[in-house]
Amino acid sequence: MNNYNKLLCDISKPGRTGYRLPPDELENIAVEDGIPAGMLRKDEPALPEVNEVDVIRHFLNLSQKNFAIDKGFYPLGSCTMKYNPKINEDMAALPGFANLHPYQPEHTAQGALELLFELEEMLVEITGMERVTLQPAAGAHGEMTGLMIMKAYHESRDDHKRTKIIVPDSAHGTNPASAQVVGFDVVEIKSNKDGDVDLESLKAALSDEVAGLMLTNPSTLGLYEQNIVEVAKLVHEAGGLLYYDGANANAILGISRPGDMGFDVVHLNLHKTMTTPHGGGGPGSGPVGVKKHLVPFLPKPMIDKKEDNTYYLNYDLPQSIGRIRAFYGNFGINVRAYTYMKTMGAEGLKKVSQMAVLNANYLMHHLKNFYRLPIDRVCKHEFVLAGLGKSELHVSTMDVAKRLLDYGFHPPTVYFPLIVPEALMIEPTETESLETLDSFIEAMAAIAKEAEENPEMLKSAPHVTPVGRLDEVKAARNPVLKCASMGGEN
Amino acid sequence: MFPYIPHTEEDIKFMLETLGMKDLEELFADIPKEVRMNRELDLDAPKSELEVQRLMKSLTDKNTSTDEMICFLGAGAYDHYIPSVVKHVTGRGEFYTAYTPYQAEISQGTLQVIFEFQTMIANLTGMDLSNASMYDGSTATAEAAAMAADATRRKEILISETVHPETREVLDTYAHFNGLQIKTVPMADGVTDVEQLKGMVSKETAGVIIQTPNFFGIIEEVEEVEKLIHEVKGLLIMNVDPMSLGILKSPGELGADIVVGEGHAMGNPMSYGGPYLGFMAATTKLMRKMPGRIAGQTTDHDGNVGYVLTLQTREQHIRREKATSNICSNQALNALAALVYMSILGKKGMKAVAEQSYRKAHHTMEKLEAIGYKKVYDKPFFKEFLVEAPKDPADINKTLLEQGILGGYEVGKHYPDLKNGLLFCVTEKRTLDEIDLLVKGLEVAK
Repeated sequence: MNNYNKLLCDISKPGRTGYRLPPDELENIAVEDGIPAGMLRKDEPALPEVNEVDVIRHFLNLSQKNFAIDKGFYPLGSCTMKYNPKINEDMAALPGFANLHPYQPEHTAQGALELLFELEEMLVEITGMERVTLQPAAGAHGEMTGLMIMKAYHESRDDHKRTKIIVPDSAHGTNPASAQVVGFDVVEIKSNKDGDVDLESLKAALSDEVAGLMLTNPSTLGLYEQNIVEVAKLVHEAGGLLYYDGANANAILGISRPGDMGFDVVHLNLHKTMTTPHGGGGPGSGPVGVKKHLVPFLPKPMIDKKEDNTYYLNYDLPQSIGRIRAFYGNFGINVRAYTYMKTMGAEGLKKVSQMAVLNANYLMHHLKNFYRLPIDRVCKHEFVLAGLGKSELHVSTMDVAKRLLDYGFHPPTVYFPLIVPEALMIEPTETESLETLDSFIEAMAAIAKEAEENPEMLKSAPHVTPVGRLDEVKAARNPVLKCASMGGEN
Repeated sequence: MFPYIPHTEEDIKFMLETLGMKDLEELFADIPKEVRMNRELDLDAPKSELEVQRLMKSLTDKNTSTDEMICFLGAGAYDHYIPSVVKHVTGRGEFYTAYTPYQAEISQGTLQVIFEFQTMIANLTGMDLSNASMYDGSTATAEAAAMAADATRRKEILISETVHPETREVLDTYAHFNGLQIKTVPMADGVTDVEQLKGMVSKETAGVIIQTPNFFGIIEEVEEVEKLIHEVKGLLIMNVDPMSLGILKSPGELGADIVVGEGHAMGNPMSYGGPYLGFMAATTKLMRKMPGRIAGQTTDHDGNVGYVLTLQTREQHIRREKATSNICSNQALNALAALVYMSILGKKGMKAVAEQSYRKAHHTMEKLEAIGYKKVYDKPFFKEFLVEAPKDPADINKTLLEQGILGGYEVGKHYPDLKNGLLFCVTEKRTLDEIDLLVKGLEVAK
């Protein structure tokens, strides 16, 4: 059997080719005549020489070593791994979208601008904000943008003392990292025993040095923040702003809006909530919405409408934080999100959240019989288990996760949020059927039983994957970051 | 009923009964009343697939794509040919519906893709190592600046005036917030003014950023810049067009410490400016200062070779506020497209595309000179060049557009001294007939 485990650099063969260009009619023009020798490369770049057949077989075989939503259930908490509708891909690939140059005249791109304008309007309605920028490339980029806007707002009021951002201990890692990148100091506050923000801890952290609070609601525990109204009041009274991390927006579409909760800034992850694919780690899209008092600070350009109903890129934004990337955002991803929102409509989007929450509660109801549920109250789109809760078995959450691979499921998010020991964070999403949920419950129950009867089975898992548990220590200690046989120039 | 929600009425009833709830409303009873929506969302009614397709068609009908215009516009977004094989790989659900490869055992496809992407980017740029991708070329540049500051413990970044204006704007935005001091190195005769740079570099300089080919398509002389910045122990950051590296000396050979760039032209459509991909390569010395994901090779307990995300102690999900960057999602699928592109073109193809682009651009420029469009700078260039329009370039572009030609970039927006400057781009995709049409159009327009 042919071995398709090789790297392209190892199957490369001099003289083999995978491309064909039209004949070069200008061979009389010599590159050497126009570019001094010192600027030209002497050797060809060390890239492979392979045939198109090699390339297709290589990547197709590689693809099959991946788990993916198209293959099966992917209950990865906080990531909203729902089905990515195929029509979204087709629409983004339409030549009338895919083959637009970002600098072509606005009157030749009115359809693109109209789509972006309308997508902004839809996101404004869903979030309850005044305006939305579609530029951020991902959630963390959105966080960075939102925090820049908050800082610019305080600066515009000559309020230069506000150097701190409050982040709950349950927050995503990007929250503190984004705050740091924007030049804030991070103050962490505790969650209370119900998983909500601890109000006393918040009060103690608030001062005239606080620029704002970053909050995820529902929280990373999958719980709707019970104190949200009070939290917003306290932060605003202290002169701070509220930032909404939209990672968990799949629970609240048409149910509860960040704007109404009191948030001043919000980002959404269109690659979570609006079904644009995760792509193996991107590209995403992380639009940022703001209330009226923050609109002047949005990044350049915004898409606006003229009196004659044509659309244009508006750069005349004197108080804007500036540009946060080249061009106008991940347009192709925004086309996919627009397609999805038009497909679902108001009724469909609300149903999304209802079914996502129903699925999560159904799973939680059953799984708490086999695993420890630290906070037992109605959850939203996800919930967090604290492992098996039987330390005497010496079976870890990682062992459970790896064993799930053998049962054909992607494991939940593990060891996050940090405040729950042995955390298993489970988000089924609305696109999974009752039958799928039941089979997952069965697998989780079987694993819990195995933990009692045959713990070695879990500790040595996975057993059926292309590779076993990989040595991460070795990878980090002695980093091999590229193919050795084609290393460097040749 | 919705095609992506499988619940039947019976399923819902059964699940609610299991939970001991009488209706869906009970699932949301924990939400305080004052923050519950008391109306339905004001959005359209749901649409069928056919209706959505019609709607999208009505929108694309209002656009004129580069299939309908002959594109001579570049300035950071390029109309290079994309082989069919690219979309057949990126269109595999196993790739595009997978998440970040945190569970390595079932993500070997994505992880090996990152590893091979790193290999080819490192080899193309002549650097030791690469990461898994950044959002785009502009943010990759801003991240490189922060990385240089971190590595040198200095705050000052010098950036040439010949770097893409939008890249410089993005750097300014980032710098305003992360505390870097940005100074612009003026240009002289279309390239970085090295004499001025001499007076600007100092022991305070963390790094200097040079783009080559620069915004005007001109290949910068990097040797002198490299000496100046390394004499003060600062870092050389090069922003490059990967499509040029089939023929141009690699940044590694030129002594770069960090190499960044916009990689979309390798297999990704122009798509009105995104999603694109930034790439970043560096020397081994800077490995632990790199932002973003990196895949490394290792083995499992049976000795099978496999790949994992590695050096994760740089990253936000481990280090939180102490991370090298806040980046999490990157542009993985665009990086896959670029990888497939580099694989299919290979060492010969990358060279051939670069040569054809070079030749067609030079052929075009000669023809334009012959009809009275003077080149502004007499410097070595790759696939873009700046000409002086005999009248308002906006009028010229308008006339070209009437003839189905997407004309050059009007650089006067960013460089007031060059208000009649038109920056044309010619890739390997253009035919000699199309170039003749441009020449004719420009003759009419002048």
